[in-house]
Amino acid sequence: MYSEKVMEHFNNPRNVGELNDADAIGETGSFKCGDTMKLYIKVKDDRIEDIKFQTYGCGAAIASSSMLTEMVKGKTIEEALKINNQDVANELGGLPPMKLHCSNLAADALQDALANYRLKQQS
Amino acid sequence: MQSRLVYMDHGATTPVRPEVYDYMKPYFSELYGNPSSLHAFGRKVRQAVEEARKKTAAAIGANPEEIYFTAGGTESNNIALRGTARKRAKPGHVITSSIEHHAVLDVCHDLEKEGHRVTFLPVDRYGRIDPDAVKKAIEKDTFIISIMAANNEIGTLQPIREIGAIAREYGVLFHTDAVQVVGQLPLDVNTINADFLSLSAHKFNGPKGIGALFMKKGAKIDPLYRGGSQEGKIRPGTENVPGIIGLGKALEVAVSEISEKKSKIETLRDRLIEGLSALGDVVLNGHPVERLPGNVNVSFKYIEGESVLLSFDMEGIFASSGSACSSGSLEPSHVLSAIGLDHATAHGSVRFSLGFGNSEEDVDYVLEKAPPIVERLRSMSPTYHAR
Repeated sequence: MYSEKVMEHFNNPRNVGELNDADAIGETGSFKCGDTMKLYIKVKDDRIEDIKFQTYGCGAAIASSSMLTEMVKGKTIEEALKINNQDVANELGGLPPMKLHCSNLAADALQDALANYRLKQQS
Repeated sequence: MQSRLVYMDHGATTPVRPEVYDYMKPYFSELYGNPSSLHAFGRKVRQAVEEARKKTAAAIGANPEEIYFTAGGTESNNIALRGTARKRAKPGHVITSSIEHHAVLDVCHDLEKEGHRVTFLPVDRYGRIDPDAVKKAIEKDTFIISIMAANNEIGTLQPIREIGAIAREYGVLFHTDAVQVVGQLPLDVNTINADFLSLSAHKFNGPKGIGALFMKKGAKIDPLYRGGSQEGKIRPGTENVPGIIGLGKALEVAVSEISEKKSKIETLRDRLIEGLSALGDVVLNGHPVERLPGNVNVSFKYIEGESVLLSFDMEGIFASSGSACSSGSLEPSHVLSAIGLDHATAHGSVRFSLGFGNSEEDVDYVLEKAPPIVERLRSMSPTYHAR
């Protein structure tokens, strides 16, 4: 039911873990299925220099999390703000219809982290 | 990459035993006569079908004329419940449990739409129904009680003997969906006072697409289908002859080995439960003792069932899960909710169902592969780090 790419990311997820010196953390939980994700970002010169994640969820949720970190790493804040769940699903070679909401988890965690980063900059 | 293939999803389906397959083979291309035909070719097949009926009846303490072959457990449940409801002049009351298979639950929801009232009894945290609750739920117009013999997900055995006695006492029909029990544990329709019992061949190493409904002599239903006079008009249509032959043989074999198989599989089950529990933060779902010989249902805390299943799958281990993510419904299974599991625990549930052919080595293999799988997924989980 999953693409090879999803399975590859599920088996070898990129950027798993925590960042102790994170500049911002994004957290999100799916009301739909109970999955949760925590995303840590380290920003330097307006660019996402490092990124790590922790995810509780199914294969699609873990693969989406991993794929998102790969897509975001090295991007500017502005570029990262444009990434949505469909982009994540597309990069994974598609997700089964019932699993599309899993890619929301990753995209929402990213937007949450970016919003928290912005708040921190303003304060 | 995989050194072994371990099938532990016998609750979903089982392989057809080679001797059963061999026994069925002639009934495809050689003995293909229609059992309803008058000629010798048909009569020969009729004889084989009736032989299978006798074997099926003998396995559950019934008379051959009380066995009706159907397409499987789902159809048997539908015929028993809808059939008795339709026989009534006016709507009445049905008692069932909240953890029945959907083939009973969804039929009961339909009956509600048709004007009947249904009581869905709750279960305790082990998934057991209280026979007293059944008694208390009986109303003046209760016409049938339908309680499964064992739950397919968590393996909990129900006190069907007590429930059957209550049904008898109050003059209410008793149906049991015994799909998970027939061929696994001794079961006698007289002991449990059943009026209807559903069974399915592919759960006891027989073929798929064939089952039977036991209907006690004197019980009456309105058939769901109209057609020929096969199966006493209860289930018209030309018989699935190879399936019937396979069902009879598979049940005969299963029952002949029942005690030996039961103790062997129970030993494997307990070894697996013990080994998985030793991983820590692993909860056994269902009853610790009153459970199916092959059922192991555990929740791995802090991780999600589907990702556990996928990981086991990569190692050649095949199991199933009641987690929301694997069901396609986004809701954890109704059974896990009914036993009061919180969302996260229900989410981490995995069912290993052992059967004929599983060995000690299979269990050891699962126990060897489980720790790194659980550890890897937990290391990724924010809830594990926040515990």
